[in-house]
Amino acid sequence: MSLIAFLGTLETGLIFGLVALGVYLSFRILQFPDLTVDGSFPLGAAVSAVLIVGAGVNPFLATLAACVAGAAAGLMTAWLNVRLKILHLLASILTMIALYSINLRIMGRPNIALLGETTVFSPLDALGISTYVAVPAALFVLIVAAKLAMDWFLNSEIGLAMRATGANARMARAQGINTDFYTLLGMAISNALVALAGALFAQSQGAADVTMGVGVIVVGLAAVIGGEAVILPRTIFLATLACVTGSLLYRLAVALALNAEFIGLKAQDLNLITALLVAAAMVLPSVRAPVKRALKGDTRIVGPLK
Amino acid sequence: MTVIRLAAAALALIVATGAQAAEKSVAITQIVEHPALDACRQGVQDVLAEAGFVAGKTLKWQYESAQGNMATAVQIARKFVGDAPDVIVAIATPSAQAAVAATKTLPIVFSAVTDPVSAKLVSNWEKPGANVTGTSDMAPVDKHLAMIKRLTPGVKRLGFLYNPGEVNSVSSLEALREAAKAAGIEVQEGAAPKSSEVLAAARSLIGKVDAFYVPTDNTVVSAFEAVVKVGIDAKIPVFAGDTDSVERGAVAALGFNYYEVGRQTGEVVARILKGEKPGDIPVSGVRKMDLWLNLASAAKMGVKVPDAMVGEATKVFR
Repeated sequence: MSLIAFLGTLETGLIFGLVALGVYLSFRILQFPDLTVDGSFPLGAAVSAVLIVGAGVNPFLATLAACVAGAAAGLMTAWLNVRLKILHLLASILTMIALYSINLRIMGRPNIALLGETTVFSPLDALGISTYVAVPAALFVLIVAAKLAMDWFLNSEIGLAMRATGANARMARAQGINTDFYTLLGMAISNALVALAGALFAQSQGAADVTMGVGVIVVGLAAVIGGEAVILPRTIFLATLACVTGSLLYRLAVALALNAEFIGLKAQDLNLITALLVAAAMVLPSVRAPVKRALKGDTRIVGPLK
Repeated sequence: MTVIRLAAAALALIVATGAQAAEKSVAITQIVEHPALDACRQGVQDVLAEAGFVAGKTLKWQYESAQGNMATAVQIARKFVGDAPDVIVAIATPSAQAAVAATKTLPIVFSAVTDPVSAKLVSNWEKPGANVTGTSDMAPVDKHLAMIKRLTPGVKRLGFLYNPGEVNSVSSLEALREAAKAAGIEVQEGAAPKSSEVLAAARSLIGKVDAFYVPTDNTVVSAFEAVVKVGIDAKIPVFAGDTDSVERGAVAALGFNYYEVGRQTGEVVARILKGEKPGDIPVSGVRKMDLWLNLASAAKMGVKVPDAMVGEATKVFR
């Protein structure tokens, strides 16, 4: 893999790290399988693109507006669930399909090009460093900040109440926690993060496209679960670290799959190879312990590999 | 033993790739595998072979498909920029945008992009200037409209069936509106975001339109039989933007095929490989078009085809 390809892999991986943090919040903390992200990711891209290209708004404000729009989408899903009592999976599917039309309405057409526009990454040009390096570096700072903010939040009183909501809603209610409120809040934050990722992705790749949300939830889940397989999420600090690591590993898996020609694999095998690599990463923890023992010279037989 | 043999094979591979370093290289990125786009890629490859750049022999040929995933398209673009081939060929708008975002220096030739100016790939068609040029697959809607008027002279209202989520179709709709206004024809939209909704979209236009026009829209074309069924039931003639739909029941199409678009693109790639600058090569529209007719459908939908047109057609289904 060339250096430029590797830095590109980091760039996309860091952006999707935000998606992973969002998915972690809904899927792991609130126990809410949320497909809204397939719609809120392009929603963030759409809102930021329209504001930047159509209205000439400052890109940072446009990106902030994208987060607000994403939060609204998350609130919608949570509201359908907690108020109208629609099953969470179904509620999120409803918001997701509605967002497809809404995104088209916002954009007015299926694709808005951002090539050559002033974006949040434009100030980096003034640094005199190649954008291949500057963009991933800036994103790294952003994702570390987002991760630490998430750690702080989940250990705050509000965050603890949110964790209780997901862990055991009935117990939480018995303790006087308003579980509906925390579900609404959590889903809003989760989708705001995803929309932020969508806005950044559109600005880094040069276009917002209405189809860009396809499969975002799969990538997010693969990042969360794959990351947990590599870094055991014993604490919140480690769990959010696992999300970001998982996202980077997922992108590395795609990059490896793209470089798999030498073993006779072709372009159409990409998704299969990626799936196999991610599956391999998930099996890793069950293989890890016996290997560690073997390395220490411990020859006791402790049962077959699982 | 096997280890040594493997190592030797690997070494041979490295030596072989090293020896090929002097030859030209082309890297091609495609957003998704799809018959039209695949044909386009084949067209590029065939023309290059005819020009002496045989993929795998005298040309280093790399191909990646993003399998519909935008983030993967971005990674492919970055991988190609890192590999620094002589030309990057990008098929379809999202792949082209990812490539253009990834490099300002390596030559990029796009193909099957409908509106390269609004996609911000180039600033103008005549002299792109930068490192990007290519071939557009914008349907020549004015010519399509002329054909429709020839076959159904009384047409006042035209039903346009499309998926509002497809960039190409939306561009075609805008172009059609312009052309139709000049011809005194009113355009009625029938939107089908999914192929399962094509039938309902066509039915909703019964009584409101004198003819259907289906552009090169993936969603509607994949459920083309539904449009034909409505056309026969309600005696509304169906016209298509692609010739293959004529065999499936459209009365007529003045179409181009993506293999030819690919060939046109390949000619541009060959010129760049021979030393021309992409910025000096104008973006080209579809050049070669064929008229296909389906007389059986025409009869069922109440269209009288002039004999002269039958003579002009390259293919006639009876």
